[in-house]
This record gives sequence, structure tokens and C-alpha cells, in this order.
Amino acid sequence: MSVIVSVKNLSKQFNEIRAVDDLSFSIHEGDIYGFLGQNGAGKSTTIRMLLTLIKPTSGEINIFGKELQSNRNEILGKTGAIIERPDMYKYLSAFDNLAIFAKMSGVPVKRSFIMERLDMVGLAERHNSKVRTFSQGMKQRLGIAIALVHDPRLIILDEPTNGLDPQGIADMRNLILGLSRDMGKTVLVSSHLLSEIEVIANRMIIINKGKKITEGSVAELLNPSNTVVHLESTDNNNAWAVLQQTKWSADAVHNGAYIQVTMHKTELPQMVSALSTAGVGIISVKPRHSLEDYFLSLTNSGAHA
Amino acid sequence: MLRLLQIELYKISKRPRTYIAFAAISAIVFIFQFAFKADGESYMNLMLQNVQDSFSLDKTKAINGYFMCYIILNTLLVQVPILVALIAGDAISGEANMGTLRLILTKPVSRTELILVKFLASFIFTVMLLVWMAIMALFVSMFIFGVDDMLIFRVKGEESQILQITKDDVMWRYFAAFGYAAVALTVIAALAMLLSIFAENSIGPIIATVCIVIVCTVVSNINVPIVERNVKPWLFTSYLVGWKGFFYIGTTEDGEPIKGSLENWPAIRNSLYILIGHIILLLGISVFLFRKKDILS
Amino acid sequence: MKWKMIVCFLLSLAGVRVVAQDINQLVAAARARVEKVNDYEASGRMKTNVAFLKVPVANIKVYFKKPNRLKLKSEKGVSFVPKGAVSLNMSNLFSDNNYTVIDAGTDKLGGSTVRVAKLLPVDDNSDVVLSTVYIDPVTSLIRKARTTTKENGTFELEMTYGKFADMGLPDKVIFSFNTKDYKLPKGVTFDFDDGTSTAPKPQDVKNRKGRAEITFSNYIINKGVPDAVFK
Repeated sequence: MSVIVSVKNLSKQFNEIRAVDDLSFSIHEGDIYGFLGQNGAGKSTTIRMLLTLIKPTSGEINIFGKELQSNRNEILGKTGAIIERPDMYKYLSAFDNLAIFAKMSGVPVKRSFIMERLDMVGLAERHNSKVRTFSQGMKQRLGIAIALVHDPRLIILDEPTNGLDPQGIADMRNLILGLSRDMGKTVLVSSHLLSEIEVIANRMIIINKGKKITEGSVAELLNPSNTVVHLESTDNNNAWAVLQQTKWSADAVHNGAYIQVTMHKTELPQMVSALSTAGVGIISVKPRHSLEDYFLSLTNSGAHA
Repeated sequence: MLRLLQIELYKISKRPRTYIAFAAISAIVFIFQFAFKADGESYMNLMLQNVQDSFSLDKTKAINGYFMCYIILNTLLVQVPILVALIAGDAISGEANMGTLRLILTKPVSRTELILVKFLASFIFTVMLLVWMAIMALFVSMFIFGVDDMLIFRVKGEESQILQITKDDVMWRYFAAFGYAAVALTVIAALAMLLSIFAENSIGPIIATVCIVIVCTVVSNINVPIVERNVKPWLFTSYLVGWKGFFYIGTTEDGEPIKGSLENWPAIRNSLYILIGHIILLLGISVFLFRKKDILS
Repeated sequence: MKWKMIVCFLLSLAGVRVVAQDINQLVAAARARVEKVNDYEASGRMKTNVAFLKVPVANIKVYFKKPNRLKLKSEKGVSFVPKGAVSLNMSNLFSDNNYTVIDAGTDKLGGSTVRVAKLLPVDDNSDVVLSTVYIDPVTSLIRKARTTTKENGTFELEMTYGKFADMGLPDKVIFSFNTKDYKLPKGVTFDFDDGTSTAPKPQDVKNRKGRAEITFSNYIINKGVPDAVFK
């Protein structure tokens, strides 16, 4: 699998603020690459640097194996993007908007071609309506049509689900998955919500304060050894005392209402049986596989660092 | 480039605000024409003042289409910069405001190309405005008021003058004057576009442009020698009225106008050079800054 | 001493009397020539020479009808017609018989000697205060006339005769008149200042004289002129 995007030691300084700090990562062909970080972590700045909207202070960006700045038009011709909100010319019709951006991308503008694209996102019937009259979801779909009109190899989506209703979020997920699975596109998608990245991305990076915290495959980062278990019992103090005698003592935290234990997922039955044997009445055991705590803890520790 | 220009012109043509300018011009011209049709003589009396003691003049002949157009342009060309700023000041900032700027800048179009196209579109808009003005102020006036010799009332230094241009010597002067006005207004367009790079809404650059024009015009008109000598030549607004130079007809030693001549072509030419210099400079700065700018909108 | 003064007085009286008779005849002759014309229509070119007025040469038509109706019209285009131009015709000077002629001796005009006469209207209400006419004693043609009016200042006519000398009509008239200084109201024009304007010359400001040079190419005499043209 070839490397589509390669970022090396990328930094961006805005006056006093270092928005992106020595960031390196790479995206392979066919990846859905999750870009995770809290608001203000430097996601947007990085994405804008990938799209030449912002000039890096230092570092190197290669896309499709070519240096970005010197091959700007060639690279951008094969890249589609939605940056935050999908904004377009509100005083123009859906058709006109798509035609304009298709033209700017160097795509031949035939009526049938544009209509086909509009049909793809379910806007064919409204092609003559001004965008001003569109709902957020319709704008989002038109934004996707615009991003895809020139059949790009790389698609960059900055917070694509922002402001969408649950149905819109679900549609967007399916669309992103389809782009990769059915069309073989490489997708970079950013979000401040792990839950979103977790369900669509195969690889991800977590950044905080412009710095890379971790990067890897989602599967790796969902490594079962990092399972966090929340334990609630009839007598938490008793349970705590029992746990102190086990190998999990070092990884346990007494939170009052519950006890949190970090362990390998496969060790869970072992712990439950140990507690039962000791006479602890177990009310609930909630293992959390998701990266949510991981993400939160990492970014929190980052915040304290 | 042509493809981009088409897109720009299409976008401009689809915006309601574009037509405000045309409507405003039509309204002002119509009011002038109506007022002069009704009571042009009062204006003539004001301009002629004590000359009327020594001379008689057929005022209805003097208030003709050519004369009207000059009077209208005299006023209108002071306001048109606002109308030009309305479009050019929106060129970049309007896109930033709508959020489309970041989208078009992720298209395979260089920023230099984009800013040049934006400038060209503003220029074409300016020319269209002038063509519209020519139709309304000149051709419609010619239709309403007829055609005859043209009188120019002029202050030259400490003197006042009345120039008469025969009717067969007028048209080319209007073409030249409109051409000059196009160059002068393009300076305004370039200035408004430069300012629009820094803003994320179009109100700021439009107001800033108008303020700059007003301040410079006021300073241009301060009749204090130290200002006139040292400041005035450096203000582009001093050259905005240079179109009038095409109506300052050259005269013989004993004051007879020479058909087809200009009193001071070198001064007009130099003004044109200065204005074109401004355009190049402003456009150059725009390109330079826009290429460097981080798009954060 | 006393007798000397009396002699001088008598002599001068006598002298005046002798010349006055002569000048009266001359004025009468000049007038007779002018009176031959009942009406005319003349075409010509007018060149205006006024400091603040930059106007081209105008093709004009002059219409005249007895006793003193005169109209100067521009054939085409806009033109500034000096108001005093109504006195273009000499008949204006003699329009009524009520004037006193005073001999003012002789003068030289263009190398030839002319007689100078001052005409004083008897009527106090007349606009003309005084006219001075310079008459060629040989041809009895008026070569020059200076008229001072109450309303329109002083103007001067200088005539050159040719084909129509018989009828006392000049080929060329140089008409001089006073004009006030022209000043545009402030702030009504935003003028293009090309940096060449100079300080005003002092003599320009005061005593402005305007001149209009009219060259007639043709007269149609006593063929009738409709009254409508004088409106």
C-alpha cells in the first residue's frame, strides 16, 4: 500500500501560539484515517496546511509522493475537501454551485454530468433551488457532491458531522465507509469525538496542543490489555480490600461509587470469580473497550503536562 | 484564467447588490435630467452670474445633452467610487464571509490567478457601470435635450473660464473621458480589493475604501500652498477628476478654441500614468499579501 | 489785458461757429447715408475676444429694421452675444433728431485725418449719455464711434468699409465693450488641477475689455425683413 499523505515534523506558529508542533504521520492508500483531538488541538490547522490554506512554519508535506507547495495544483486537482461547514454560494442554485466548483476543479461541465452528481446525493429535484433555502443536511450533501465532483483520490473531511442531526451523522458515516470500501478512496476525517472515529477509521492519530500523542491502527489502540472495568458491588470497601490481595491491586482505583480496574479483557472472569469467592456481592461489571477513556486520559494528562 | 473569469462574472451577475449600483446611477441621472428639464435656467443663471450683464446667451441651446452629461458626471463620478467599492470590497472578504474562500482555495487554482481574476471581474464591473452611465447620462440626455455646442464652466487657479466646444468636437472627448474614468475607478477597485483581503466581511473594506477616498479628497481640496505642493501630488484622489482635462480645449493666443485640441495633454497623460502606477502597485501588494495569507476563515 | 481776453473769447466763439456748421453738415451727410437703409440682413463671422471666454468664431446673421431694431443671431451652435451689439447699426446713433452736435476737432485714424463730433442727446431719459463719432471728411463715413450708456457701460465701434460703403454699411466692425470679471461660484465645480495655473496678472483683474470682431460677407439691403426675427 502506497503512502498517500506523508507529513514530517510539521509545525505552525501563530504569533505566540504553537498550533502544530513537530507533527509527523502518514496515511496509506485506502485508509480511513481518523484525526482525533479536542477543539483547538491543532486538527484544523493541520488539515488547512494539507490543503495549502495555511503555510507551515516548518516541516514537510508530501501528497501522492510529491512535495505539496511545488505541486500544489496537481495535488489539489486530485483532492476533495469539506472544511468544517460545507459553505457555498447561498444566492446560487445547487446546480450552479456544483457547476462552478466542478469548473474550478477542471472538470468538464456538462449538464448531464452535474445532474448525475446531484442525483447521487439526492438533490436532483432541488437542483434549481437556491442553496439559501436548503437545510443543513441538504447543504452537507451538496458539500459532498462538491468535494467528489472531480473524482478525487484523497478526500479530506474536517469535522464532517458537526451540526448534523443523528440521521445526518449516520448517513455521513455510511458515506465515508462507502468511499473507502466501494470506491477505494483514501479519506482523512477529523473529529473531536472518539466515538465517531472509532466506528469508521482503520487508523488514527490523537493530537493535543499540536503534538502527536499516539498514532496507530484503531485495532491496536483498542488493544484488550487496556480494558477499563468499572465495578460496583454491595460493599465497595470490602471489594477494594479483596482486590488489594490480587495482581490487579496496582491497576485499581477506588472511586467511592465504583472501583476502576485496568486489565486485559480476558482476565475479567478471573477477577469476578475471585470477588465472588471472597463473598463480595457484585452489582455490575462494566468493561469499556472504547478509546474514550484512553483518549480522555491521554488528553487530560497532556493537559497537565 | 478565462474559465475563472467567467465564473467570477457569473457570480457577480447573480448578486442583487450588483444591480444596486446600476439602479443608483439611473436614479441620480434621472433626477438630474428631470431637474434640468424643469428648471435648468436657474443653474445657468448661477453659473453665468455677472456675465449676463454683458452677454446674452440662448440658454435652452446651452442646456443640451452634452452639457447635461458633463454636469451629471461632475457629480456622479464623486459617488461612483462607493458603487465600485461595493463590489470590489466584497471580492475576497465576501467569499471569506460565506466560507467559500477556503473552498475555492483548495481548488487547483493559484492564488495569484484568483486575485487577478477577482481584479479583472471588478474592472469589468467598473467598465459596465461606466457604459451604463454613458448610456444614461450621455445618450439619454442627448435624446432628451438634443445636441449642440458644449459649454464648460471651469475654475483655473484664480480665474474662472467659460469654454465652448463645438458639437462636432465633443464625442471623442466623452469617449476619452469615460476611458480615463475607467482607469481612475479601477484604482478604487484595486484599493477596495486590497482591503478586502484582510477582512472577513464586506462591510469593513467597503467603508474603509470610501473613508480613504473621502479623506484623500478632502485633503486634495485643502487650498493651502504647503498642502498643495507637498501632499496633493501624492494623493491618487487628486487625479480622479482628470477626465475633465479632455474637455479643457486648447486655445489660440487670443482665446479661440482649437478644434480637436487639448489644453494640457501632458498633464492628463501624467495623471494616467500615476493612476496606472497606483493600480499596479495596489494589485502587486494584493497578490503578494494574498499569496502569503493564512486562510483561517 | 482785458481787451485781449475779450478778443480771444470772440475769436474762439467765431471759430466754433465756423467749424460747427461744418461738422453739422458732415454729421447730416453721414446720417443721410445711413438713412438710405430701411432694413438689411447681413451674414458674417464674429470672433469674440474676452479673457475668460474661450469661444470659437461664430457664423452670425444680423437683421436690421428701421428705426433701430437690430438682432444678432448665431447661425448654429451656442453663442455669447455681447449685449451692446444692438448699437451695431449707426442708425442707433441718430435714432431721433434730438441731439446736439459738438465739434471736437480732428484726429488721426489709421493714417488718415478724421473729424470728431460729440453727440449729446437732448432727452434726459435716453440711455445714451454721450456718443463720440469719428467721421471721414471725404467719404462722410463713420469710422469710429464711442458710446457711453447709463446701463451698459461704454462701448466702441471701429468700422472698415468696402463694397457696401455707399449705404454706410461696414465690411468689418470691431466692437469693444467693458465686461466684469467672471468668477464662478465657489465649490460648484471640482476641477482638474493640472498644476499649471498661474497667479492672476494684476491688469487682468481690473479693467477687463472685451472685443468682438465682426466681418460681414454679405448684405441683403432693403429687401424686407420679417418682424418675427426680432423676437
